[in-house]
Formats: sequence, structure tokens, C-alpha cells
Amino acid sequence: MRTICFYFQVHQPYRLKPYRFFDIGEDHYYWDDFLNRSVIRKVAQKCYLPMNALLLELIQKHHGAFKVTFSFSGTFMDQLEAYAPDVLESFQRLVATGQVELLNETYGHSLAALKSKEEFAGMVKQHQDKIKQLFNGYQPKVFRNTELIYSDKIGAMVADLGYKGILTEGAKHVLGWKSPNYVYQNSINPDLKVLLKNFRLSDDIAFRFSNKTWEDYPLTTDKFINWINAIPQSEQVLNLFMDYETFGEHQWAETGIFDFMRALPEAVFKHTNFGFSTPSEVIDKVPAVSPIHVPIPISWADEERDLTAWLGNDLQDEAFDRLYELEAMVKKTKDPDLMRDWNYLQTSDHFYYMCTKFFSDGDIHSYFSPYDTPYDAFINYMNVLSDFVLRVKGKVKGLEKA
Amino acid sequence: MKVLMFGWEFPPHISGGLGTACYGLVKGLAHYNQDIIFVVPKLWGDEEPLADFVNASDVSIDYRERKFKKIWKNLTYLEVSSFLVPYLGPEEYKKFTDYAIHDRTDVDESIFTTKYEFSGKYGKNLMEEVSRYALTAAQIARDRDDFEIIHAHDWLSFPAGIAAKEISGKPLVAHVHATEFDRSGQSVNRPVYDIEKAGMEAADHVLAVSQLTKNIIINKYGIPAEKVSVLHNAVLDASIIKSKYNKKVPEKIVTFLGRITFQKGPEYFVEAAKKVLDRDPNVRFVMAGSGDLLNRMIDRVAELRMASKFHFTGFLKGDDVDHMYAISDVYVMPSVSEPFGISPLEAVRHNTPVIISKQSGVAEVLVNAIKIDFWDIDAMADSIFALLHYDGISRMFKEMGSQELKKLKWEHVAAKLVTVYEKTLSTRP
Repeated sequence: MRTICFYFQVHQPYRLKPYRFFDIGEDHYYWDDFLNRSVIRKVAQKCYLPMNALLLELIQKHHGAFKVTFSFSGTFMDQLEAYAPDVLESFQRLVATGQVELLNETYGHSLAALKSKEEFAGMVKQHQDKIKQLFNGYQPKVFRNTELIYSDKIGAMVADLGYKGILTEGAKHVLGWKSPNYVYQNSINPDLKVLLKNFRLSDDIAFRFSNKTWEDYPLTTDKFINWINAIPQSEQVLNLFMDYETFGEHQWAETGIFDFMRALPEAVFKHTNFGFSTPSEVIDKVPAVSPIHVPIPISWADEERDLTAWLGNDLQDEAFDRLYELEAMVKKTKDPDLMRDWNYLQTSDHFYYMCTKFFSDGDIHSYFSPYDTPYDAFINYMNVLSDFVLRVKGKVKGLEKA
Repeated sequence: MKVLMFGWEFPPHISGGLGTACYGLVKGLAHYNQDIIFVVPKLWGDEEPLADFVNASDVSIDYRERKFKKIWKNLTYLEVSSFLVPYLGPEEYKKFTDYAIHDRTDVDESIFTTKYEFSGKYGKNLMEEVSRYALTAAQIARDRDDFEIIHAHDWLSFPAGIAAKEISGKPLVAHVHATEFDRSGQSVNRPVYDIEKAGMEAADHVLAVSQLTKNIIINKYGIPAEKVSVLHNAVLDASIIKSKYNKKVPEKIVTFLGRITFQKGPEYFVEAAKKVLDRDPNVRFVMAGSGDLLNRMIDRVAELRMASKFHFTGFLKGDDVDHMYAISDVYVMPSVSEPFGISPLEAVRHNTPVIISKQSGVAEVLVNAIKIDFWDIDAMADSIFALLHYDGISRMFKEMGSQELKKLKWEHVAAKLVTVYEKTLSTRP
């Protein structure tokens, strides 16, 4: 069985409002409701609604042969409930077709896997509950960590939580001569299967589709089919992993991205020996070839495919450490408001905005950042965090007295 | 006495301390019934009517006057493409000049129109405006001969002062509020230095805002000591401000407020903060302001892992400045080179104890403050710690500081200025 596995990441962070030093100790609401709502509404119009409609059309047209997979961050689902119930409904309709698989991830789209096993497990549980609640008791069996961050240890942790598979990047420096188009195993716990993103073909769609300076521009379905057919017959799985916002948001409708996707399934059926599967089907049907060793965490971001988009410079490390030193105290409070803010403050995007890698990937970073500079992002985050610390400490003190 | 005074800005339209000082001085002189013709490149119309204001933008120049040609000839060296903006650090300055070089329009024709609309700002045509201002000054000096002495504030108006002196033959007092060495450290801009030096040399008497500045004038500009008098700044209002604004954090607050540039020594404040926080985590440090070193300070604070206790507010204006003083428990001004430095006096008005560097002019007049060398971060940390923890000393500073303020009045400054005027007039050949 040769198969294509489409997985789309759907995530929106809770962006912080401009929060000044003078607000510390007084204003305890941190989120930019107006901005967050406008982003959701804008992306809903450009991407979520039209692309959901297209996927539904394709699923119905191909009678169970075309399948896709989603992972929704908790912060995304919360914002759908608040700002875009219409979008939530259209996702629910898709899932109800039975041709759509959902994955679990950390609720807050956090980097907790790198810092705290307890917090990580807690966020996964929270995410399971939310998916169950919104999608008619759905229970995912495969896991996707924030930004496809993966290492042997993270894999083992995920296996302990009962998952049979995990998705990550087919990073060049990890694979070496090996191909991403096979199923691998975690090197600590072989029960956990590892699916690797074929970054060349994924990024051809996600990043290069409308790039006029790219030698293969324009990307047509025929061209893409030729590349799929060029994959050696022994290689079984083609993992096309990308942000869902690729469709209509990163690549606008005018680029022809929707037409490309509309034509693709039929062309695959007609001209290749590939079908479409979801991650759990792949894991059930395709045997693993070997363990994959990832001692140092990888991700799907930037040219380096490492963690440097979120961690590593002084701004990011300082913010990250100050945040996680609060973990024990926050949990002690059991206060729902504090828990929610704690959750949203962990979202990886806050650290992404503080990235100073201007020269190689700066343009992608600045596209996604609501701040002018990483320094602005850092100051704003630290002001908010300072207020959060005061609230947490106040609450803990109150509990100790009581 | 009637004084023809050349400034560059006047409240409420100011971008630096120069305008405030001119305002205080004019107000003080009014107290002694001195008549002042105050010339600024651009008047906005909402200035307090303390003087006979002349808007340089309204003055027409008569080019038939031959003497003007001579003045113009002496000024043309200003026309070299120097894009000078005072109060910019080296990095900002570079950014600015890169921009201006590609955006330069030729200046000749605009200079020789009969009227010239000054921006009165510190913009890219600054040198052009300084030259043109001098020409206007010559015209004013010819039109009005009802003054006895000329008083020019800082290098921007020195060419104007020189031109007015040449046309009228009246004595010139050059008032130095800051030198190029204060603004740029060792990377001095030659054209500015030359104007400053020419102004001081042409002047019959030079005023310095502090002994510190007087020393620079003597040592770096070669002006004889007996030609220079010290005229300290003062405060417009010495009353204690009782703010209703309350602090919202439990910790004590230590504040730096000013431009984040080389001259102000922000890096010493950051290093001292680290030393204090290592000893006492229950303190918050605030760096309020903006400038070319801001990002470097943020990096350093993050590197020292103290960002949850060290905050940046960005540029503050209006009430926020008062709020900041009001909630501060200690105010620190670690300037590397500060001709005077009025902000510690503002802090005293808010009953906030201050730590100031010995390299500031204000250290010469403020007795009840802790004075340290800007580079001595151990002493700075010690002093911060002491003011935060030993109530006796901060209480004493609060009481004595407010007493002291009452002595720092512009009236007293003006009285001294009048004697300088009189001496200058009487010693003229």
C-alpha cells in the first residue's frame, strides 16, 4: 500500500495587548481581544471556511478514498468558540464524515515538553478533554507536539501517555541518507511509531507555491504528480504536513492554491499508485523499518529545523525560565483564571516573537509577529508576566493564611 | 537693560532642556524688569508673553546690505554636507545621515530668498537653518538698535550672535548649556565644535551651566578662565508635588528616567541593578525613556536574567513622567557627562531621594543627594541599597531636599546674570 498522508496544523495564539509598566499590579486582563478576533475572522474568510468547504466536497466526491488529518491547538479551539462558531461547525461537519482524523497536542501550543513532564501531561489531558467535548467524544490515538518538536525523550514521554504514533519533521541532519518516506520507531520505546514530514514536497506547497523566483514556478498538479511518481517504488508513505493557513492565507486564493488542491486527489488516483490515509491507518498498515535516533530536539521551523525560533537568545531564555519557575505555585492556586492565563502565556508564539534571527528567516518571523521588534515583544511579555507573578504570589499567600 | 537674545526653542514647543532653561531665565529676568527681545527660528504663537518675541521666519532680509555678504562668506563653511542633529547617539546619527545623504536637496536658492520658513527643529536641514538664522540675526540687529547686549544660547544660535555683534558692535554673551563633548563623547563632530569655539571666542563673556562645563570650555576650547562665569540652572517651581497616583506593586521602585544614550550612562544603572537584586529581590528597577542604546540594555537585562524585576517603559510623556517620579523610591542619574541635569531636581520635588553622578553639573548645587562616580557600580548599588533599607537617610534627604529646592530659583540666577551683563558692558573698551 502506497499512500499520501495529509496533515494540517490549525493554530492561533492568544496575542497579548500592549501592556505597559504602569498596568502592572492593576490590570489583570492581558489579551488583545480586538486583534485576536480580527485575525480569526480574517483567516476564517480567507482560509478556514473556503478550505473546509473544498475538503468536504473532495471527501464526498471520492467516497472514502480521500482523507485528511487535523490538529487543533487549544487556544485555537477556544477562539473558535468565542469568535467563530461558524468555523467550528464546519470543522465538526468534516470530522463527522469519518474521513478526518484528529490528533492530540498540548492545549496551550506550549513548549512544556522541553521543560516539565508534569505540565506537558496536564496539557495533553486538557486537550483530550476538549477534543472529546467539541467533536462528539472523539479520541485521538496519534500525537503531534508543538511545532513538530521531537526528540527520543519526548517520544518516550508521548508513548507513556498511551499514543501509538507521533508526527515530526524529516530533518535532513537527523535522517542523513535515509528517506522520510518510511515508518520509523522511537529509539527508546519501539511501540511508538514516528511519521516524518517530507519537507521538500510539503514545502513546495506550503512555502514555494507562489514564489515566482522559484525555478519550478508555477506548481501545477501535473508537475507535482511527476514528482510523486519519481519516488522509488519501495518507499511507502508520503507525509505532507503543513499549516492549514497555507490555503488562502499564506498562499492567497489568487495564486491558484485552491484549484491545485481541488485537482490533486483525482490526479493522484488516475496517474499514481498512491492513495490517501490518516496517520493511524499508516501506523496500523505499514511496518516500521528501523528506529530513528533524535538525541537533540528537532522541529519543523526555519532552515535549521531546531529550537532556535523559540529558545536560545537571552530574551527568550529569560522569559521562558521566568515563566516555568512559576509552575509549582500556579498549580497550588487551583484558580481557574490563573490556570487559563498560565496556559495561554505558555504558547510558543510569544517566544517566537522574541526571535532575533533577522537575516535568514526574519521575514517569516516578522510576518507572524504583531510587534515591531523582538525587543518590544520581550518588554510587553515581561510586563504581563510580572503582573501574573504578583497575582500568583498573592493567591498562594491567601491560601496559606486560610 | 535691553537684551537681544537668540534661542532655538521656547516652551511649549521644546524637544530638549534648552527651551526650559531659556524659559526660566527669561522669567527670572522679567522679575528684574529687564527688557528682552527673544528671537527663535519659529514662533508658534502660544508662547507666554514674557519677552518681545521675534519670529525669525517673519524677517525679510535686504540683500543690498553689503555687510551681509561678508557675514555670508564667513558662514559658507557651514554648507559642507554635514547633517548634524544634536542629542543623537553615534548609532542613531549614522542611521540619520545615511538617510539624509540620499535625501538632500540643494540649499543655495532657499538660502537667498528674502524670507525663510524655519522648522525650528533639529532636522536634516539643521546646518542650513543655523546659517540662515545667522543672516536673519544680522537683519534684526540692523533693524533694531534698541538693545545694549546680545545673548546667544548654545551653538545653534552662536552664528546668529556673532553676526548680530558684527552688525551692531554690541557685546556678545555666549551661553553654553551643553558642549559637543557632552553630546558625543570622544567622537566629536568637527563642524559643531568649530561653531562652538568660534562663538566662545567671539563672545565678550561666556556663561557655563556648571563648573564642570566651565572646565570643558577652558580645557577643550582654550577659552581663558577669567572670561567664563558659572550660571547654574534652577527650578521653575520649587513646591513639593503631592501626587495622588499610587504605586500598584508591593516592591520598592528604583528609576532611571532619560534618554537611553551614551551620555546618560544607562549601562551602569543596569549593572548596579544586578548587584542590588542579587542581595534583595524585592526591588523593581525601571528604565524609562528611549534612545539608541535601548535594545542593548534590554539584551543585557535578559542576559543577566533579571527581566522580571527590571522594566522598560519606553518614552514617557505628560502625566506619566510625574507618575513615574511619584512611585519611585530612589531616582538614579548615572550620567557620564551632564552639563547640568534638571531631572534629579524634579525627583526631589516628588520627595524622591536621588543618586547622581559626580560628572553632572547638578551635583554642584544639590547637597542632599548621594553622589557617585558614574562608573562606580559598586558604590551605586550600595547607595541604592542604603536608600531602600535605611529609612533614616532617605527621610533626611526628603526633608532637606525640599528645603534646598527653595534656594534654586531662577530669580537668583537672573540676579547673577544681570551682574554679568553689567560687568561685560563696563569692561568694554
